[in-house]
Amino acid sequence: MGSSNEKMKFDNPVIGWIDERMPIFTMLNREYGRFPTPKNFNYFWNFGALAMFMLVTMILSGLFLAMNYASHKTLAFDSVERIMRDVNYGWLLRYIHANGASMFFVTVYIHIFRGMYYGSYKKPRELLWILGVVIFLAMMATAFMGYVLPWGQMSFWGATVITNLFSAFPIIGDGIVTWLWGGFSVDNPTLNRFFALHFLLPFVIAGIVFLHIWALHVTGSNNPAGIEPQTEKDTIPFHPYYTSKDLFGLTVFLLFYSFFIFFAPNVLGHPDNYIPANPMVTPPHIVPEWYFLPFYAILRAVPDIGIPFTHIVFVGAKLAGVLAMFGAIMVWFILPWLDTSPIRSAVYRPWYRISMRVLVVAFILLGCAGYNPADATVAFAGFDTHIPWLWVARVAGLYYFGHFIVLLPLLGKYEPRVTMPPSIYDAVLAKKNKAK
Amino acid sequence: MTKAIVTPDENSNVVAQHPEFKTNRRDFLYLTAAAFGTVGAASAVWPFVSSMNPAADTLALASIEVDLSAVEVGQAITVTWRGKPVFIRRRTEKEIAEAKDVNLADLRDPQADKDRIQKPEWLILVGICTHLGCVPLGQKATDPRGDYDGWFCPCHGSHYDISGRIRKGPAPKNLEVPTYAFLSDTKIKIG
Repeated sequence: MGSSNEKMKFDNPVIGWIDERMPIFTMLNREYGRFPTPKNFNYFWNFGALAMFMLVTMILSGLFLAMNYASHKTLAFDSVERIMRDVNYGWLLRYIHANGASMFFVTVYIHIFRGMYYGSYKKPRELLWILGVVIFLAMMATAFMGYVLPWGQMSFWGATVITNLFSAFPIIGDGIVTWLWGGFSVDNPTLNRFFALHFLLPFVIAGIVFLHIWALHVTGSNNPAGIEPQTEKDTIPFHPYYTSKDLFGLTVFLLFYSFFIFFAPNVLGHPDNYIPANPMVTPPHIVPEWYFLPFYAILRAVPDIGIPFTHIVFVGAKLAGVLAMFGAIMVWFILPWLDTSPIRSAVYRPWYRISMRVLVVAFILLGCAGYNPADATVAFAGFDTHIPWLWVARVAGLYYFGHFIVLLPLLGKYEPRVTMPPSIYDAVLAKKNKAK
Repeated sequence: MTKAIVTPDENSNVVAQHPEFKTNRRDFLYLTAAAFGTVGAASAVWPFVSSMNPAADTLALASIEVDLSAVEVGQAITVTWRGKPVFIRRRTEKEIAEAKDVNLADLRDPQADKDRIQKPEWLILVGICTHLGCVPLGQKATDPRGDYDGWFCPCHGSHYDISGRIRKGPAPKNLEVPTYAFLSDTKIKIG
């Protein structure tokens, strides 16, 4: 995507004619053809392409759903049921879209983990990373608003709880919530604007994805060794090596995705969302979609922040919970500066490798805590005592923030240094010799 | 620092002409243009932002009248006001005494029962938990009413007493008392 004047010669005269006037084929060949790519990618490097595939799938299936959807509170629920029963292949479109949201988050969570584990956020890829975090935030907003559209009980009450988060802010909070609703509760104006925004945001995401890929093609990809390519021995052309690897990965991923679409289409959803929205009755147990559960757990886990054993409270539990929940993602923005280690990949960072694994466990525990009711307890095998999930969430949440804010700056200073291979080529050879 | 070109001007003073202060008439133009541009952009954005606030017809539905004659002592009804549930409870003598008989120092959001009612018998509340907006249980005879015999929010476990005050759980505030007026002994206007 840079501006280089060298143009390719094409055998096909039509392609040659177009390329003379707009060098799009030269650009495609430079960026996706002979584009030199580190030769040592593992399968974690498939997930960017898979996320891209999911974005396109969501936009296409969503477009055809929108042709049959009515964004009015008296019509929305029935129009979704009509899609399921009467529209030709409507059930397929809806199951592709509803499970597609989950698959999109699966691919993106693995993609984010990959970036953290192999230090892909480090110089010079900080902006690339930040753009990715912006994409993730836009995805969260889009997914939340999409879940409201079927106008079932979970749609309605999820929308109520999440929009009410903003009421935690002092003074302006209530005004913001009324503004978000367009009324005095989640109602028809809310549904209408959520539909409009749910249609718009994927295109905004596509725009940021373009910038994300642009930034990627300036710096080039990171790789499992975390060493920059130095000579031609370190790289291979993107095509056909990684195009074919991405296609293979896509095939495997589609099998996984299809299992949900065709055999378990509602397993990731919630049965209460097949009950039409009722503003007068809250379901006994509100849970967000699985991909929000860790953040939901953080929201609920935070107590009043003040001086212990007194009535002095600086920040109430509600505001503190909201700030912690947003903070859990905001901390990713400053990740490139929190991590002070000069070494990128966890492969050559013995302590970071452990702390990253604990982070994954903490994140999953937070998810489990978010799934369970606020006052539920858990019994670990072999122990008689029942531990409240709330405490699990508090410990896991403390580790989550501790990993980023405390451990990362310290690890950069105190972690033992490991001898690094001088190049990707040497890293690959060393791995091969070890295998023998 | 590069030397600023200062146009000699009869009205400008010596300080302004000094190269250290690079202010000149062009800066003034830049600043006024930027200020006008900012104000202009903000006023162009405002109608769009404002259009998302409640519309006139939504605001027009802002008040309702409720007939209370059918509600017996100890009963509660729920009515819809501005799309939200409003709890109307006709409290028993015992409940009124219980609501009065609370040490305000024990409350998270201290407020006396008499400041939350117009007639002790009638407790009127917006039925929205002040935590994250769920509808607390306790209106039906079979509902759980929490540890303080008022309402219990199933979402995150907030307990409210028989005056609708928060006693336990994550909610920061008491259940809101809507603006209302008794039109007669058995009729109220909410909003």
